[in-house]
Parts: sequence; C-alpha cells; structure tokens
Amino acid sequence: MSDTILGVDGLSVDIATPRGTLHAVRDISFSIKRGETLCLVGESGCGKSMTSLAIMDLLPKAAKRQTRRLAFAGEDLAGASKRRINALRGNRMAMIFQEPMTALNPAYTIGNQLIEAYRLHRNASESEARERAVFLLGKVGIASAAERLGQYPHQLSGGLRQRVMIAMALMCGPDLLIADEPTTALDVTIQAQILRLLADLQRELGIAMLLITHDLGIVARIADRVAVMYAGQIVEEGTTEALFRSPKHPYTRGLIDCIPVPGRTVPGGRLGVIPGVVPSLVGDIRGCSFRDRCSFAQDICAQAPPMRGTTDSQSWRCILENAA
Amino acid sequence: MSALLEAQDLTRSFTVGQGMFKARRTLHAVNGISLDIRKGEVLGIVGESGCGKSTLARMLLGLMPPTGGRITLDGTDIRELGRKGMARRVQPVFQDPYSSLNPRRTIASIVALPLEVHGIGTASERRRQALEILDKVGLPQRFADRYPRELSGGQRQRVAIARALIMKPEIVVCDEPTSALDVSVQSQILNLLMDLRRELGLTYVFISHNLAVVEHIATRVAVMYLGRVVELAETEALFRTPRHPYTKALLASVLTPEPGEGIPETGLGLAFPDPLNPPPGCPFHPRCAERMSQCSSIAPRFTQHGRDVVACHLHDSEQVAAISA
Repeated sequence: MSDTILGVDGLSVDIATPRGTLHAVRDISFSIKRGETLCLVGESGCGKSMTSLAIMDLLPKAAKRQTRRLAFAGEDLAGASKRRINALRGNRMAMIFQEPMTALNPAYTIGNQLIEAYRLHRNASESEARERAVFLLGKVGIASAAERLGQYPHQLSGGLRQRVMIAMALMCGPDLLIADEPTTALDVTIQAQILRLLADLQRELGIAMLLITHDLGIVARIADRVAVMYAGQIVEEGTTEALFRSPKHPYTRGLIDCIPVPGRTVPGGRLGVIPGVVPSLVGDIRGCSFRDRCSFAQDICAQAPPMRGTTDSQSWRCILENAA
Repeated sequence: MSALLEAQDLTRSFTVGQGMFKARRTLHAVNGISLDIRKGEVLGIVGESGCGKSTLARMLLGLMPPTGGRITLDGTDIRELGRKGMARRVQPVFQDPYSSLNPRRTIASIVALPLEVHGIGTASERRRQALEILDKVGLPQRFADRYPRELSGGQRQRVAIARALIMKPEIVVCDEPTSALDVSVQSQILNLLMDLRRELGLTYVFISHNLAVVEHIATRVAVMYLGRVVELAETEALFRTPRHPYTKALLASVLTPEPGEGIPETGLGLAFPDPLNPPPGCPFHPRCAERMSQCSSIAPRFTQHGRDVVACHLHDSEQVAAISA
C-alpha cells in the first residue's frame, strides 16, 4: 500500500548478556499509515523502547537487530547503508525522547541545535534555517521565538524544552515521528498541553506517529490504533475503540483493570491485579509468556499460542476467543 | 474528628545561590501552610513538581525543621517529642524503593532496623516481628534473608512499607509511593495500603501527582500551588465540584482511559511560575483563566465552604462585593 509509511515485519532484538542472550523484542510486525498514530503500550522491560531504537537504527552496540523487512515509505531499510540511514534519520524520520534535558546539548543554544540538522539535510542557508526555526518555535507555542534561539536548554522549563524537542523533530518535515514516553517526565498539566500540541501538529501536517508509553490514559486519548507489548511480543493489536471496549488478551484486560478510573472504580475499593512477575527473557522461551500470571492458563499454553483476529480491527495472541 | 497531626502556619525557606556573582536568594518552598490530619483519614496532597509537597512531607515526618510555624502531634509540639519519639508514631514510605533500602543488608534486617534503633526486644524477637510484618505485606518468609537487589520494584516497596509499619505507627506519610512502579504493580501496592489501613487503623498522608490514584485512595485532598495550599476539601466534593481554578485545571488534565474523549485544553497557558520570584497577589494569577483585576495585587484569603476551604477571590464574597462596590 502506498500510504503505509512504516512497515515492520518480523523484527527481533537480541542482547548479549553474561547470562545468555536476552530476547528483548521477539518477532514483531506492525505498520503505520500516513497521518496515523499507533501507540505501543506495555510495562517496563516489555521491549517497547528497544523497538523504537531498532527502527531508528540507534540500538546500543550489544543489541543485534534482525528483521525480514523494515519498510519506510516503500523503501526497505533492513539492509540499508549507514549513509542512507543517516540521510533519513532526523530528516524524514524523527524522534522525541522522554527527557529533553539529556536529549538536548547543554553547550549549544536552542537556535544552534534547531538549525544544524536542517542545514545538513536541506543544504539550506543560515538565514533560511533560522527563519524555519522561528516559524516552528511559534508553531509549538513558544512566544518571542526569535529571542529564544539564543537561549541555552537550562534556561527553559521542562515543558518548554519538550516543545523545543518537538520543533527540532519537525524541522525537516518528517513523514514519521517516533515519540518515546514524551511526557513521562512532565507534570500532568504540561503533559496535557504537550500531547494536545503533538496531536494537533500530527493532524495538520499529516505525519505518521509511533508513540511509546506505559500510560493507558494517553493511549486512549491520542491513538488511532494500539499494540500491546508483553515480554517482547505484541500480544494484542487493534483500533483504540475496539481494544478498550472489548480487550481480548488476558494481559490487556488485566492492565485496564489495574488503573483507578473516576466513576468506574469504587473509591477505596480493590483494584484489579496481575499476580506474579514478568518472565525472564534470557535463553529459550516457549509457549505463551503470560501463562504463569494468567487466570485462564491451561496445559496447552505451554505451546506457542495462535494469533487470532475478529476482523482487521483487532488481533491477539491467545488460545482463547475472548478473555471477558 | 479531632486533629492527630496539626500544622500551623508552616513555612520552610531555603537560600539558593545563582552562580558566583549573583546574590543568594530565598526560596519559599512551603509558605504558610495550616492543615490538620485527622485520625483514620487518608489526606491526599497533590500539586505539580516544585510546589513544596515533598518539603511538607519531610516536615510532617520531623525530618526537617520548619523555618516558621509549628507542628503538633496530639497537641504536643513535635520538637518536644524529638526524632525518636516522632519516629515511633509517624513513619515514611518514599517513592524510590531502589534508593531507600540499604543494599548491603538483608530484607529481615532492613525491616527490623527501627526496632534495633529504639532498643526494642532481643535479636530473635526482632526477627520474629520482622517476619510477621513481612507476611502482613505479602512477602513470604523465603524473602527474609535476601538482599534488595534480588527483589522487584513492587517487592521492594512492600519491604519499605513493612519497615514503616514495624514500629506500629499511627501515621504513615507516603511520598509518591507508586510513582516508580508499573501500573500492574501500582494496583497491588494501593490494595495493600488500603488493607493495612483497615486492619491496623492507620492514618495516611498520601502525596502524589497522579490524581486518579489520589481520588481512589484519599478521603480528603489538599491542592498545593507554589508552597501554599489553595484548596482543601473532601475527596468527593473536590473531584465533583472543584472551586479553585487551579484545581479545575489539574482535574481537566487527567487523562482517563476513555477513547474518543480527545486531549483536554487546560487553559493554563505557558506562563510557568518561577518559585524564586513568585507572582504578587494570588500566585496562580498569571496562569488563571478566570483572573480578575484584584488577583494580581491582593493575595486571596481562605474562605470556609461547609467543611472545605479555598483561597480564591472568586469564592470570597466579601472581596468580590468590596471590589464591585
């Protein structure tokens, strides 16, 4: 399909550790269309951040990526050269990280950092780049943008820094934006402002967005589609509407039941729990990785569970038709 | 209900340097807070980072002396009780169960340490008590001789709770106790805290930036902004009919997992406050969607509304009348 911006097919990430190979991401596939927001949701260690780094080819040295196909706007990047990746990264595919203070260089002004990538990728003059930077800072809601260009990251609040990060990601007009927990370090009020800004810009500019988060509230409000990750696999995927209305995988159901929701959960009452802990991803992994924590588990779960689907709007990896 | 722990006009300021050639300035982290913590309640404290909620927690625990005002426990000034006297009755649970447990001690000895410090019982009695309380927080005996690094985040937080409870305190001050945990673990810890409260008749001060969690667990909520309490109300009333515009904005920012609702407009704008240079009048006025002319010059006073209080000119009928007259 021509309007698919990102097509991931059979992506795995293995990390060599002293105890053996850690299978951080295990054979996952998904795609994102132009103008669409896909949320990857899961708890710590489920492989969601590794997935984003693998797509951007930014994995740490100890991690090895394997993929059948990694299609970006129709072009397979699975075997692409460093040079080709460098030409795309920061240009047509951009990334926003959780902690803007560590992602921004403290020794350079905001202006310097905004302009650098644009000049590099677009061969633009200093004044053209500066003009675009001022335009985008205004776009992300920063007043007196021209003066801000001369400021250093430490002179800005956390919310403003994240706005600068967003402006920087948008400098070259990317087709794909990957945002890894973009608001986790921010206060709730600032979080709402930043997410609103991201959603508005994404709609206006028709960018495809891969948003990585652990927060189901964010997922429900911003995603078109959701992929739930557990122990390195996507265990359920579907439209946001379908997934929240009728979660099929026991893990998805469990996650939704864990969070207090005003009006739904009884104040002071018991919240749902997922007993047990996440399994180790080191060495051979057989069968359903959720079975030790699952109240529906049967003997057959020791074998790899099938991928099921209702329509094209929802699919899940479980022996059950429905975990309701 | 009577006040168990009471803060009167509490202030805490710090002097902060701003580089070699600039004058040191005073930061009022807590700026005149009065509140009472009643026996058996869960008092939630919410607010953005830097609003002074953790500084308030440290003072309520007796870990940091206030620069002004005083704290009383059952009518006695906590300065008279001393550190040990306070520790017997008020105990903390902190956010990060990774840095709050000594990595070189076993779980049982971490939990028994408060007894050791207070010279209670023999070594074997202390261990027996530690095992009992570990069992109560859902950690079986086999964990007793392990080290913190062998435990998951949720298990560590259970250890921290066990350590807080071993002195049989009346009040537990929880400072962001679930913020570092995954949601599936968070619900386990919240359930545990609620069970323990029922079983042991505990009183909690529960500090969190997560409003859905506070609504779930608290019976009363204090909303803080720039070192001040701006609204204090029963949980249900606060979440149903918030009075202060800041409370309204905070509540509007909560993203509940309801698809199709979209992302709310908070109406707060970009004017983030500088705690070193707080705005005159009402400290919230630069971000307030409902500000009036007097808000930038006159600090609002507390007004009583039933059992709830709020510091906002909008809810001060005398002020509003005086201005419009």
